[in-house]
Amino acid sequence: MTALAVEGVTKSFGKHVVLRSIDLAVEEHEVVALIGASGSGKSTLLRCINLLERIDEGRIFLADREITGARDVNAVRRQIGIVFQSFNLFPHMNVMRNVTLAPRDVLGLSKAEAEARATELLERFGLADKRLEYPDRLSGGQQQRVAIVRALAMRPELMLLDEVTSALDPELVAEVLQVIGELAQGGMTMVLATHEMSFARDIANRVCFLDEGRILEAGTPEEIFTSPKEPRTQQFLERIIKARRL
Amino acid sequence: MVNSFGSGGDGRRSAAIALLSTAVFFILVAVAITHAPGWPEVRRTFFNWGEFKATFPEIARAFLLNVKIFCIAEVLILVFALFLAVLRSLQGPVFFPLRALAVVYTDLFRGIPTILVIAMLALGAPALGLSYVPTSVVFWGIVSLVLVYSAYVSEVYRAGIESIHPSQQAAARSLGLSHRQTLRRVILPQAVRRVIPPLLNDFIGLQKDTALVGTLGAIEAFQQASIDTNATFNYTAYLSAAVLFVAITIPLARFTDWLVARDRRRRDAGAVV
Repeated sequence: MTALAVEGVTKSFGKHVVLRSIDLAVEEHEVVALIGASGSGKSTLLRCINLLERIDEGRIFLADREITGARDVNAVRRQIGIVFQSFNLFPHMNVMRNVTLAPRDVLGLSKAEAEARATELLERFGLADKRLEYPDRLSGGQQQRVAIVRALAMRPELMLLDEVTSALDPELVAEVLQVIGELAQGGMTMVLATHEMSFARDIANRVCFLDEGRILEAGTPEEIFTSPKEPRTQQFLERIIKARRL
Repeated sequence: MVNSFGSGGDGRRSAAIALLSTAVFFILVAVAITHAPGWPEVRRTFFNWGEFKATFPEIARAFLLNVKIFCIAEVLILVFALFLAVLRSLQGPVFFPLRALAVVYTDLFRGIPTILVIAMLALGAPALGLSYVPTSVVFWGIVSLVLVYSAYVSEVYRAGIESIHPSQQAAARSLGLSHRQTLRRVILPQAVRRVIPPLLNDFIGLQKDTALVGTLGAIEAFQQASIDTNATFNYTAYLSAAVLFVAITIPLARFTDWLVARDRRRRDAGAVV
């Protein structure tokens, strides 16, 4: 069954066209990696799916329901989790409060229910001892894992990950990637924009190469990373290999 | 090794000169004041210990009115100013009239001297002769202070709201929180925390401006001091009032500085992103 369908989505900021008629279908339990240079439209696409940006043309479906121009955007966002490059934890709340805020205020869970749900997730990702800490006392890797837990606490149908390791020190990347790997194994449907090519190759069922707002090439990691057809994809991967990131 | 005061003997010499010039300066000022022809008179009328002891208790009692005005006004200002700031932060063309109203309000009340607002309201409003409009000067004095200070304080709040990075808004909305919930749970708590030092600064001003209510006849510290002064032709009563004001504004000022310094230390430590 299709978890997410994006059909002919176009988005401009002023005169600058960021997305040009994007088509993308994501099956349930599938992990799709979006790769491409900075400014190719990966982040914008994720923000459009989460309705944080309004699209100019096209339609977006979550499962079989159209969410384009949804009247209740909050209801849609409850079902889609997004994690950002810069963590964006709420600095005035401790970890527990960060994770339980939306389940309590949006889903109407009781404090006990929300905390039970949060505790289970925090334990699962090795953060149980941090539940009373404030974000400024956590490492970047811990903050990002809390941000993932915060999104998961809403029990989303779909997770969007926007370059979640780009702001991390190199030695902290692994712990975050491990969490995402676990999610993939657990069957979470995910779309992730990433610069971590070897991670994308390991975890994704499908890789899409974005170039100037188009999905230029899509296929299995094997197809994209070992025998890319498009010259632009080849150039991009060559640059990545030269930078020793693959 | 070079330092700004010179080195070795030069440094000691500079320090000695600084000490000497300071001493000479203050001795000259003291001599000039105490040898002024009017000094014995000033000492008798402004620095009179007997008068101070006699007037202080009465003025201290009157000062309780200043404290009362301050406390009531402060609570109302905190609430009303926040309302104005939120009004001004509303987005979308539908809210243009409300935003415009808030802008006109802040411009207007920051532009009129507080003493004029008090005079116009305390004299003008009761003159309407409406039975349900209070005629008390204290009532209208508090209303005036709330109107004027809310204009300033709402700008402080607004600066705080605008200093919260848009990514916080995005994070909250992406979790399904409504605009209202985002404002209440995520934006305002952070904004208010950030503006506490400038808020306290405005409240130091408010503490002093409670004396303006006395100009229209409410018996607060300044007015009580004026009464005593008129009765005895001795101005030491003003000194009593000044001591009382300073006794509450200086601790607040020091507390504000301490908060600012603490926030700076936290920022320098790279604490809050």
